[in-house]
Amino acid sequence: MKKSKAFWVFSVLALVIYAVVQGLISVGILDLYYQNILVQMCINIMLAVSLHIIIGITGQFSIGHAGFMAVGAYFSAIATMKLGLPLPVGLLIGAGVAALAGLLVGIPTLRLKGDYLAIATLGFAEIIRIIFLNVDYVGGAAGMVITNMTTWTYAFVSVVITILVIANFTNSRHGRAAISIREDEIASDAMGINTTYYKVVAFAIGSLFAGLAGGIFAHNFFIIQPTTFGFLKSFDILIYVVLGGLGSLSGAAIAAIFLTIVSSYLAEYPETRMIIYSLVLIIVMLYRPSGLMGTKEITSLFKFGKKGGSQK
Amino acid sequence: MLKVDNIDVFYGNIHALKDVSLEVNEGEIVTLIGANGAGKSTLLKTLSGLLKPKKGVVLYQSQQIGGKPAQAIVKNGISHVPEGRRVFSTMSVEENLELGAYLRNDREGIKKDMANVYELFPILGERRKQPSGTLSGGEQQMLAMGRALMAKPKLLLLDEPSMGLAPLIVKKIFEIIKMVNEQGTTVLLVEQNANMALSIANRAYVIETGKIVLSGTAKELQESEQVKAAYLGGL
Repeated sequence: MKKSKAFWVFSVLALVIYAVVQGLISVGILDLYYQNILVQMCINIMLAVSLHIIIGITGQFSIGHAGFMAVGAYFSAIATMKLGLPLPVGLLIGAGVAALAGLLVGIPTLRLKGDYLAIATLGFAEIIRIIFLNVDYVGGAAGMVITNMTTWTYAFVSVVITILVIANFTNSRHGRAAISIREDEIASDAMGINTTYYKVVAFAIGSLFAGLAGGIFAHNFFIIQPTTFGFLKSFDILIYVVLGGLGSLSGAAIAAIFLTIVSSYLAEYPETRMIIYSLVLIIVMLYRPSGLMGTKEITSLFKFGKKGGSQK
Repeated sequence: MLKVDNIDVFYGNIHALKDVSLEVNEGEIVTLIGANGAGKSTLLKTLSGLLKPKKGVVLYQSQQIGGKPAQAIVKNGISHVPEGRRVFSTMSVEENLELGAYLRNDREGIKKDMANVYELFPILGERRKQPSGTLSGGEQQMLAMGRALMAKPKLLLLDEPSMGLAPLIVKKIFEIIKMVNEQGTTVLLVEQNANMALSIANRAYVIETGKIVLSGTAKELQESEQVKAAYLGGL
């Protein structure tokens, strides 16, 4: 029952972080600028962790993650702005439609492997983007105007849910089956594991949370435009996962936090921003070639529920 | 127990198996020997559901299983140890074994079988918490076999268990295959090491470019001039 121990530790930790940040906000130490960075951090963690379940756990190399984020962003925005639904309902709708899009894309493409899958997912993400670009109902290229509704609380609760669901999936029997696909698909097949099913499920879960992140993102600014969700965004997300260590959830989250901080700090130096950002990436990959965390989780450093509860 | 009747299997465009028939009776060790590319692994993959036959029937306990998905076949008691071991390398030995029992729900039975695997392969017990990628080749082969046994198979399909292993380890692996067989598991063994395979098998088939060219008891084949010349080094 070590799994539940890690679960409680995480929950308590999340509450403490929330209380501290909320406290700092209410006494005015964290102003709007910092709150915005925190929300962005939450969005990036969600994107990283949701791609982690596809690439890190199941080993399916998808580089079209921004496409699902776009679906979540646009559909949640349609729900709140056009249909006048409350934000939580909008977020659920965005996430749900993104999961459906994940299923739709996943079922035909997940027969492909490696590079072929990567190209196919990239293509699908572009298709999604082009569709939004050409639909006047959502503003086309000019974008869609959205009221700012996201608060730090919405973002934080979404992150906690994302991490809990994905960590639980990983530590379950199903997660083990998904990891076995990453390790060796043929052997996994030979064990009687329905590999296609797990690939599609992981893809749909990943898309769902990318959609949730998209919804939070859409309501955090006053406008969303299709160009935001281009393949550069997909690569940003991919970088979090690779930098954190393929196969490590905490690694993906840490990399997302780290790179959000680096990139918002560098916003003050626009001329050199991308140079320094790239240098940071190169240096990390040189010194930690398998990512910040490798395949290990942060919990194993403290020996809580070692290896995500491998012993019952 | 298993009856393969005139199956044709294609690997992409390649006609890998042509009109292959073979039979495995309960309790036997049957070996299939042949050179590289003869179609040995293709045959095993077809039996375990990883490939589908274009034509012909595969009867297992008088049920047609040819073309069924792997899950159904594993559930029915056929377990495949793939060529090249293919352990789940970042997972521990124990996690690998647990995945072998993926389709089973009887906790007690799984526990018992795990104890049995550790008895057959004591080294795996010593290394149960170790990531399986750090095991030696021989140990990985043992793990791959142990993992397959965790599915509680009635018929075990072994694809070249001797590949790339030192002669001493090969000997040990074959001793264990015999033990597994004595515990009541029927074995279909694919091998290039014809000498070793024939020494523990009851019956054997020789496959050449997708066709069965010879069959008989292991003893008959050991003495056959044709086999001696082609597979046993002409001694």
